[in-house]
Amino acid sequence: MGRVLEEDFQVIDHCLMIRLPAEVDHHQAACICEYADRLLYREDVCNVVFDFENTTFMDSSGIGIIMGRYRKISCFGGRIYAIHVNRQIRRILGVSGLEKIVEVLEA
Amino acid sequence: MRNEMEIIFDARSENEGFARVAVTAFVTGLNPTLEELADIKTAVSEAVTNSIIHGYENLRNDNTLQGRQEPYHGGKVSVRCLLEEDMLHIEVADRGVGIADIEQAMEPLFTTKPELERSGMGFAFMEAFMDELEVESEPGKGTTVKMTKKLGVGDWIDSED
Ligand SMILES: Nc1ncnc2c1ncn2[C@@H]1O[C@H](COP(=O)(O)OP(=O)(O)OP(=O)(O)O)[C@@H](O)[C@H]1O
Ligand SMILES: [Mg+2]
Repeated sequence: MGRVLEEDFQVIDHCLMIRLPAEVDHHQAACICEYADRLLYREDVCNVVFDFENTTFMDSSGIGIIMGRYRKISCFGGRIYAIHVNRQIRRILGVSGLEKIVEVLEA
Repeated sequence: MRNEMEIIFDARSENEGFARVAVTAFVTGLNPTLEELADIKTAVSEAVTNSIIHGYENLRNDNTLQGRQEPYHGGKVSVRCLLEEDMLHIEVADRGVGIADIEQAMEPLFTTKPELERSGMGFAFMEAFMDELEVESEPGKGTTVKMTKKLGVGDWIDSED
């Protein structure tokens, strides 16, 4: 299923890039949040980019991950972006209303 | 055709993926569309995850990063699937803490675990992706989520997704 690795999290130009695993569920969520927040606090991060390239499944745990990061950066004017979003992920974002706070970038 | 299966597993997050795969495999014989499969997977994931984190809340938390020992518990989750022709019935049950106010619990964005990064979208997803959703619960006894979906009616989606 693919584990979450530290190298999937990188800060480039004040942007935290997060390469999400194949399945974003509750099992993976705590780990993703912890790695992400370590960098959010340590480095000078403005925006967060979620990369869904390898992701085939996401449930409400992913919504929680995105909303939680949004709360942490939005007070400083930070923004959330999503790239490589397939149809399944787009539907999840749509039903949850998250498209309002996540800007989906076409690759 | 009538076909039934039931799986019972420990309430551990490792088993969420297993439950999704098992249900998906059970229905593939009916040639569901990719979209229907995705819907079923999401709904099962939501119900099973709820049993694990809410139903058996006090008994497990994810602290794998620190390498700490997990608190052990004997909570089980059961997933029962019944196929009747093209109708799929799914029941996900736990013997956890139960829900006092089901109506409130089912409201979108309502969550009792905001500190665990939950968003309160689980029931909303089950409702959106399945045709019918029914929740039975009793505090102290447990929760059963019943869902129904008619297969073979969804839109085909591009297979490259
Ligand atoms: N099996 C269960 N046992 C006990 N309580 C439950 C169960 N399932 C749901 N609940 C209650 O219903 C609430 C709403 O559930 P829902 O799945 O919609 O949101 P959530 O799990 O809190 O967040 P999310 O699913 O978005 O991560 C939960 O916060 C919890 O209080
Ligand atoms: Mg939930």
